Amino acid sequence: MPETASIKHATLPLRERMKIPRQHMLEQSAIERAANFKEVNLGYTTELASREAQRCLYCQKPTCMTHCPVGVKVQEFVDLIVAGDFAAAAAKIREDNVLPAITGRVCPQEDHCEGSCVLTKKGESLGIGYLERFVADYEQSTGIVHMPTVPPTGKRVAVVGSGPAGLTVAGDLVQRGHAVRVFEALHELGGVLTYGIPEFRLPKNIIKQQIDYLRATGVEFETNVVVGKTVTIDELMQEEGYDAVFIGTGAGAPLFMNIPGEHLNGVYSANEFLTRVNLMKAYKFPDYDEPIVSVRGKDVAVIGGGNTALDSIRTALRLGARKAYVIYRRSEAEMPARAEEVRHARQEGIDFQLLTNPTEFLSDGNGWLAGMRCVRMELGEPDASGRRRPVPIAGSEFDLPVSVAIISVGTSANPVIQRSSPGLATDKRGYIQADPETQRTSRKGIFAGGDIVTGSATVILAMGAGRRAAQSIHEYLMNG
Amino acid sequence: MFKVTHAESLAPGVKRLEIEAPRIARKQQPGQFVIVRVYEEGERIPLTIEKSDPQRGTISIVVQEVGKTTRLLNRLEAGDTLLDVVGPLGQASEIEKFGTVVVMGGGVGTAMAYPTAAALKKAGNFVVCIVGARDKERVILERELRLVSDVLLITTDDGSYGAKGLVTDKLREMIDRGTHIDRVLAIGPIPMMKAVAEVTRPSAIRTIVSLNPIMLDGTGMCGGCRVLVDGKSQFACVDGPEFDAHLVDFSTLQHRNAMYREAEKESLDRCTQETSSHA
Repeated sequence: MPETASIKHATLPLRERMKIPRQHMLEQSAIERAANFKEVNLGYTTELASREAQRCLYCQKPTCMTHCPVGVKVQEFVDLIVAGDFAAAAAKIREDNVLPAITGRVCPQEDHCEGSCVLTKKGESLGIGYLERFVADYEQSTGIVHMPTVPPTGKRVAVVGSGPAGLTVAGDLVQRGHAVRVFEALHELGGVLTYGIPEFRLPKNIIKQQIDYLRATGVEFETNVVVGKTVTIDELMQEEGYDAVFIGTGAGAPLFMNIPGEHLNGVYSANEFLTRVNLMKAYKFPDYDEPIVSVRGKDVAVIGGGNTALDSIRTALRLGARKAYVIYRRSEAEMPARAEEVRHARQEGIDFQLLTNPTEFLSDGNGWLAGMRCVRMELGEPDASGRRRPVPIAGSEFDLPVSVAIISVGTSANPVIQRSSPGLATDKRGYIQADPETQRTSRKGIFAGGDIVTGSATVILAMGAGRRAAQSIHEYLMNG
Repeated sequence: MFKVTHAESLAPGVKRLEIEAPRIARKQQPGQFVIVRVYEEGERIPLTIEKSDPQRGTISIVVQEVGKTTRLLNRLEAGDTLLDVVGPLGQASEIEKFGTVVVMGGGVGTAMAYPTAAALKKAGNFVVCIVGARDKERVILERELRLVSDVLLITTDDGSYGAKGLVTDKLREMIDRGTHIDRVLAIGPIPMMKAVAEVTRPSAIRTIVSLNPIMLDGTGMCGGCRVLVDGKSQFACVDGPEFDAHLVDFSTLQHRNAMYREAEKESLDRCTQETSSHA
């Protein structure tokens, strides 16, 4: 196979390579970073990246690749790092992943490539995410853009939503010669990458660079368009001449807990809290106009154990919170957040109140939050999700004084598109029904993927859906 | 960028802006709103669309100066631009032939009630408009409303125009006189909408209010605009903005709308200082 011919640039003998420990990424100290919004991880140097790349064992069956939702050819790009050709390594990743600088930062590698790496059995996995980030950042610094090499097909595709699913579809289809226009409801592009993930984990300039790259390859963008309101999918197809539409609008509406006091001032959904800070830059108030309830010197709690919960509470910490709690009803083993984020949060001094659940938000008597009544939990029998069901321990109630509470317990389907698209089948929870292989919906020419199909998941799973959709849209456009 | 094609003052601190927004103009229905951001560091605020002209590709909004952003909007003139305008958002007003409908506008709420009044008239209703303002100078859209209402009643707080008193006085008079009313729509300050709800509650007249909670994205993503209706959370941006007045918890809405009062004041004060130092 020609691929294997180019592989194995490693010069050191295997025995020597196996002695190399996992190279850790430089990061800001916990004390320093807890007070700023700059990125926690600082990246690999060339030396660190080269040394780390040498650790790859070149497995016969590269499970890292098969476990990647977008199928990045890990072994090949890592080998190109060993060879010192970082631009070629980046180009290799780009064959399968149009947002490498983003996945290199936010992908839960432990659940995919790194989790399946054979090195894990003998110690620590290959630092695939770190290496991906290294070459993606290297590529950005060179300004290299890989333009489509095929002639234009004359087909036009509308992509609804500029989050990870939509950007992936756009990036893949433009490389195949199709004209792609991405519609975004907000005034900034990037979807959850922009409004949801904080600067300290994914800097806005990285998102901008990745989107600018797509723009350079020919993808068009239009902000301030709420598809379903500003224009419907049917109008896009019938009046604006799009041959296919991809819906990647994300998980949508935040879930609340339906417990007393949820309307008190100081109670936020994670989406609102993060959007105010990340999208509207409320942390720069009054230089920016959008306000946020001040947490400086106050105690703050987030409810939930996912990445969004940790992003919220670590944001509150950086805004000057005195105490910052994570209230999670199960134990750490069940926390859906990335392992690295949990580690970083602990280093920064976040107080994890595990096996704990709020039952009521308490008022100060003037409509403002003063605290939360909580109850301790224990794990019972496994529930439908396979995780052990948390059950309250009778008599364990206690009050936790907090001024701001952030609810991060998941999302439900946003109904805007479905309401305006007759015949688009949804499941009983309102998510769009799409074939898991082809991402086709019940309507001809309409495809969907990401959280609006699966419910809230991860950036990389949305990108995986985007990849499959792009493949199947391409086939649909060329063959009908 | 969205260009202002026309700007005119309707009353002290109240301005009508006509904005080039062809996509929105094509789709707008009465009761819907836009979210605007004036400039890069600006906040996003919702504003009801007064009317639209699909042929010319324009929409009109009526803005009352209450804080920094609305002050900046009030300063815009034809040829100026807004950075972002997105919409039309929210559910459209329910329009059908109900019979006799009373449309009530308080202050600048009059401009938001106008498109629905016009649509109700067109649908064959007998439309009674009751609009109130602080004084004569602040009565807006009288000419437009006269064209779409069968009866137009005007009240002012100081009696300088129309009847002295509140819009609810006129509504109560109608009810006391035994006038048959099929539906009431009230748009204005929270105390006014709450008062209307109390006036119609005893006779169980179907009453609709258009709520104005603080909003951020306007697409159902953040939940900041949640309002308590019949004890349940509803998102005003996608489930509303119109709700059954008899089920709305107005005091919670009022509390939530005061959440950023200090920050709003700080912004406005800074804006005032900057303006005076530039003058």
